[in-house]
Amino acid sequence: MLAYIVRRVLYAILILIGVNLITFVLFFFVNSPDDMARMQLGAKYVTPDALQKWKADHGYDKPLLWNSKASGPGKATETIFYEKSLRLFAFDFGAAEDGRNIGNEIRTRMGPSLALQIPVFVVALCVNITFALFLAFFRATYLDFWGVVLCVAMMSISTLFYIIGGQYLISKVWHLFPISGYAGGLDAWRFVLLPVIIGVVSSFGSSARLYRTLFLEEYSKDYVRTARAKGLAERVVMFRHVLQNAMIPILTGVVAAIPFLFMGALLSESFFGIPGLGSYTIDAIQAQDFAVVRSMVFLGAVLYIIGLLLTDISYTLVDPRVRFD
Amino acid sequence: MKALLRIFLICLLFLAGCEGAWNDPYSESVRGGMTLYSSFSERPKHLDPVQSYTEDEAKFTQQVYEPLLQYHYLKRPYELIPLTALEVPKAREIEGGKYTVYDIRIRPGIMYQPHPAFVASNFSLGKTEIDKLKSPYQLELGTRELVADDYIYQIKRLAHPRLHSPIGGHMNEYIVGLADYAKKLKAADRGGWLDLRQIPLDGVERIDSHAFRIKIRGSYPQFVYWLAMPFFAPVPWEAEKFFDQPGMAEKNFTLDWWPVGTGAYMLTENNPNSRMVLERNPNYRGEPYPSAGEAGDRERGLLADAGKTIPFIDRVILSREKEAIPYWNKFLQGYYDSSGIGSDQFDQAVRVSIEGDAVVTPEMEEKGIRLTTSVATSIFYVAFNWDDPVVGGSSERSRKLRQAISIAFDNEEYITIFANGRGIAAQGPVAPGIFGYREGREGINPVVYDWVDGKPQRKSIETAKKLLAQAGYPNGRDARSGQPLVLSLDTVTRGPGDKASFDWYRRQFEKLDIQLEIRATDWNRFQEKIRKGATQLFRLGWNADYPDPENFLFLLYGPQSRAKSQGENASNYLNPEYDALFERMKNMPNSPEREKIIDRMVEIARRDAPWIWGIHPKDYSLRHAWLANDKPNNMARNNIKYLKVDTEARAELRAQWNKPVLWPIALIVLVLALSAFPAILSYRKRERMAARPAA
Amino acid sequence: MPFKPVLLWTDLLLWLLVAGTAIYVWYCYRRPHLAAPWGRVFQSRTAIASTVVLAAFVGMTLADSLHFRPRIGSGSEGAAQYSNEVLSVLDVAFAYLRERRERTYSAPLATRLYAKDQIESSTGAPTRDYPKLTYGGAHLQDESAHGRDIALRAGLGASLAVAAAFLLSLLRRRLSRWRPNVPWSAGLWTFAVLLLLTVPLLVLSTGYHVFGTDKVGQDVFYQSLKSIRTALVIATLSTVTMLPFGVLFGIVAGYFRGWIDDVIQYLYTTLNSIPGVLLIAAAVLMMQVYIDTHPQLFPTAADRADVRLLLLCIILGVTSWTGLTRLLRGETLKLSQLEYIQAAHAFGVSSARILGRHILPNVAHIVIITLVMDFSGLVLAEAVLSYVGVGVDPATISFGTMINAARLEMGREPIVWWSLAAAFAFMLVLVLAANLLADAVRDGFDPRVRVGSVPV
Repeated sequence: MLAYIVRRVLYAILILIGVNLITFVLFFFVNSPDDMARMQLGAKYVTPDALQKWKADHGYDKPLLWNSKASGPGKATETIFYEKSLRLFAFDFGAAEDGRNIGNEIRTRMGPSLALQIPVFVVALCVNITFALFLAFFRATYLDFWGVVLCVAMMSISTLFYIIGGQYLISKVWHLFPISGYAGGLDAWRFVLLPVIIGVVSSFGSSARLYRTLFLEEYSKDYVRTARAKGLAERVVMFRHVLQNAMIPILTGVVAAIPFLFMGALLSESFFGIPGLGSYTIDAIQAQDFAVVRSMVFLGAVLYIIGLLLTDISYTLVDPRVRFD
Repeated sequence: MKALLRIFLICLLFLAGCEGAWNDPYSESVRGGMTLYSSFSERPKHLDPVQSYTEDEAKFTQQVYEPLLQYHYLKRPYELIPLTALEVPKAREIEGGKYTVYDIRIRPGIMYQPHPAFVASNFSLGKTEIDKLKSPYQLELGTRELVADDYIYQIKRLAHPRLHSPIGGHMNEYIVGLADYAKKLKAADRGGWLDLRQIPLDGVERIDSHAFRIKIRGSYPQFVYWLAMPFFAPVPWEAEKFFDQPGMAEKNFTLDWWPVGTGAYMLTENNPNSRMVLERNPNYRGEPYPSAGEAGDRERGLLADAGKTIPFIDRVILSREKEAIPYWNKFLQGYYDSSGIGSDQFDQAVRVSIEGDAVVTPEMEEKGIRLTTSVATSIFYVAFNWDDPVVGGSSERSRKLRQAISIAFDNEEYITIFANGRGIAAQGPVAPGIFGYREGREGINPVVYDWVDGKPQRKSIETAKKLLAQAGYPNGRDARSGQPLVLSLDTVTRGPGDKASFDWYRRQFEKLDIQLEIRATDWNRFQEKIRKGATQLFRLGWNADYPDPENFLFLLYGPQSRAKSQGENASNYLNPEYDALFERMKNMPNSPEREKIIDRMVEIARRDAPWIWGIHPKDYSLRHAWLANDKPNNMARNNIKYLKVDTEARAELRAQWNKPVLWPIALIVLVLALSAFPAILSYRKRERMAARPAA
Repeated sequence: MPFKPVLLWTDLLLWLLVAGTAIYVWYCYRRPHLAAPWGRVFQSRTAIASTVVLAAFVGMTLADSLHFRPRIGSGSEGAAQYSNEVLSVLDVAFAYLRERRERTYSAPLATRLYAKDQIESSTGAPTRDYPKLTYGGAHLQDESAHGRDIALRAGLGASLAVAAAFLLSLLRRRLSRWRPNVPWSAGLWTFAVLLLLTVPLLVLSTGYHVFGTDKVGQDVFYQSLKSIRTALVIATLSTVTMLPFGVLFGIVAGYFRGWIDDVIQYLYTTLNSIPGVLLIAAAVLMMQVYIDTHPQLFPTAADRADVRLLLLCIILGVTSWTGLTRLLRGETLKLSQLEYIQAAHAFGVSSARILGRHILPNVAHIVIITLVMDFSGLVLAEAVLSYVGVGVDPATISFGTMINAARLEMGREPIVWWSLAAAFAFMLVLVLAANLLADAVRDGFDPRVRVGSVPV
């Protein structure tokens, strides 16, 4: 067990270094520190001295990856890459290029993101499983057929249409919800309800159809036939055997997605003006704020690794044959 | 499914139970009262007056900080009037014109907003104490009187080693000793709070507690305009010391985010991601509403409150609104008090009458929405790179080519299609409303326009083609080599919407059989190309900093060349006569003589055509019937203190416009209920035949 | 020559893909065990129907992938000069749509603009009214005949379509004799419906803007047709360009195991753990810089747009490549345990030969399933990425750029719905057909393999 944890952690660190290197190279291929300084200082009356001053102040006046002027280990450490990456591992994200503390920003933005993402996640899971179960129960009838048609049709529609259409009809024409905006605390539900509905609807088609296949696979197994042959009611077969067993692949698949709820929803957040991490990411891409992009990539990578870990653990929990080794 | 329905219905009941409309985008805590509802689209980057420069930021900083001077709210052309100063300072030359000094006396008795920095016990907070704070205003608050030292302190901050003032470099050239001061500070900087009071600056001298003197090199008449910008607002040293305590920056408690000023409002809630709240400064001295304005202001009701003490509004809620559509819809629903109009909403809101005036459409008028227009003091132009061998340089060949393109490039059509007529075609570099701009016949650009029937008319394409042939490109082909003429235009992409305008640009050049390559790129790359002079044509704009022609004409001043000296002359235009005239004009007060020089400069520039003069955009702003005293002011953004809201009318109209439509919900419930029906039937059937083989 | 052919990168790859597909079909045709799963696929009615629909889209794409630069000038003087504008065969076929520009918005089949403007009335006095369109309905002498003219044209189109469908139905018996198991009638019916929808549209489009015009007066129908190529290029080339790497890494990792496996696993876990949008955004910005700094490599705007499209495909390929590799690695791990491969190993057969002869053919079905399953996800992904601003070049017509532009139109009153509706309809049909075919393919090859969608 201990060996497993140590190996996992070492591997995670290796991956995080790789991730950092990739983002770093990609970003600085696009942006020189000069560009970043100009972006921050604006377009008017910028003098070369001011640029130099900004770079020195923000630690961008060193070489990128290799400092040939320094001596000894300084060759690798007195560089932008080393200095900007090392602190990330302590989750010290530092300040964005505009001076705001990124750690603080991530903490305050996590709330709105989760307020949107958790309901979408939970409600979508419930709705999709219920509907899939419904289809599986009525398998090979016209209900099942049209249900699948509905799923395929719904998954063929781009999320953008759901958002644009929903916002237009429900908020603009029917005046049922605020068009966009957000408020903290208990009042949040008024703002989150519409994006949640849209989030659930847009995930409906593909997930419900996938779960239906899982249920049908379970239905075709021998033990279900046996159970039915014993004369158990269809209802009992469905809930006690099929649902319970099919939940294993569903849940292990879903567990990996949980950490990503923290990253926020890119589209919904920017359309509905929810100040979460998704819109933070988009803003940072558009403003070319390297510090924020790098922090979000790092955060995403960490969450991904956690997701992998959770999947492993959930496998061992549901299937005792799998061991940590 | 049914459980979900139940939850949904309960939610609806909740909604019905809420006060106000269902779609009210404001939470309970910020509704009601004498409140102004406004928005901001870009997150402000800096609210520190030494660093902040953009218009988005000015929306906040100018309400809080008070520079020495301000622009008159109503009068046009723009007029500088004192704000905290007793009078607009006069320039006084000393040492035979080597230096100029300004003596400035500020009004006594001006108090700062309540702020924790003015309470001595707040200078030694523990880290845990700071960690618990949600806002600095939770601490004990104090105040003190504004003194001349605060202005001096701020001027010194322009050279602060850890602050990056966009005008620092510019001011180094004028304020005596500022450049050396920066070096001195850099040497003295040990991290932590740098007490600038201890280190004197040569160019700024304290006369007494309420007066000080600024000494600048040579003569720079435009300097007074800078005194109306937040760069010259007072900053109390206490604020810097207060925010320098360890633990503050991690909570984003910095002077950059929590401004401390003497203005009519104070920023009490600061969440740049969704909402900023300005509240009335209880210590504000109160200013009288202006009692004189431009012709027509009285008819528009802008003088109804003359002489009354401002501000009228107690609280301003500014919500972040990134997308144009929600913004516009919320305005229509009454949740914003005023709105600029995007070109997509223009038809809906405004129609242009036969006389060419813009008025609101009948639907808008019915809602009581009113329109204000003003021509902005800016210019958008297409520049030719003067260093380019084909389109640049002073040769006859390239000049004729530029002139031909200028004629073919139909700015009037651009304005109709892409700006819905919201702009006027520029005749030269100087924008309307600025000294030196000429109206009517004498104001037209004779290179591109003829004066026909009392209005300018663009010259024909035939004229342009003739010029092109004279330039050596008959039918768009180089007469010497037979090669077709291919030009490139650099521009910044803003998104997929650009495609239409790119097509349009290409069509303008096609009229002359010139092929145009559009090189769209991001802002950084674009700037870099211009800096290196690696362009032919490019699209750029300029927004005036102050209402003086110098601020436009210097964009063509040779020594300001971008490629050679990183200046503001992006087209690298060079004409010795123009440059000589500019140097004379620069330091003159407005006079007929100055006007004559400007006329000559504009004439030279028109003939050389280093720019396709482009357009001066018009600002259109809509406001609801309940908002009074709104007048666009391109120079000053401290307008909120003049505004007034009729809150009762607002509440009534909002309720009327936002009645929820409920039948769709009923319909959805009905459809769900009906679809359950065949399921129940099937289920019954299946229960009856238990041991059915699997599908 | 009146034109100079231009071969864009995506054209080249598309035609190579067509050639590859042809070779694959021929190869399968000769080997019954490879043809068998395809036989199963085409026993399904939905598969036949969606293949017909997709074939129509592919036809459009291919017509839009033959590019050239037209000659300019009379051509008598000096060497021939060619325009910088790159056109395709589709552009020529629909030149009447491309060139008929109105001033601004007009509704589908309208004869007047959507916005009022000042016009001179018959008496000469200026009034405010909806101006007549320059092209839409310009052939009408009398505007009151508008409705009748539309009905007439639609009727003409419909009868043409019915006639064509009837002629085709005569083929049915012949086809049934050739392949009795294939439900030909489903295909023919789909084709008939397709004809019934498109022929009247085409007939109408000669006189009207059938889907209206956009802000600068461009025909929306033309834009929708042009978007098809962008969508299909992204949907196919994204998977295809990265396919060699995905397959190679997958089977090599599964077969050799040990440190090779570790390195490859590390590589794809690292790539996978970067959030997709961020990776794509960074890569798209990066190639934009490359394009900007090497203008001499891309002489025309079409070249630049094309390279950006190709690189977008590649970067989308990288993000979906990791999933395929993981699947292949798992499958290869399983296969390499099988006795006959162990035996081949023991007989000293070279690794390359084992991989090529035994492993690769046995994982081919996974590759095919991934290819078709990813297709629809990629079409949808393009729209989202273009919305975020890291999609195709702004000058490229695509569903994403159409939706993005149409987004702003939703704020107008009265609402401009047709761009959005056209993009919606075209995308729905395309993605629906792709989804249905993907289902059939998966069922035909291996119902047990589940492949995730593209992570965006």
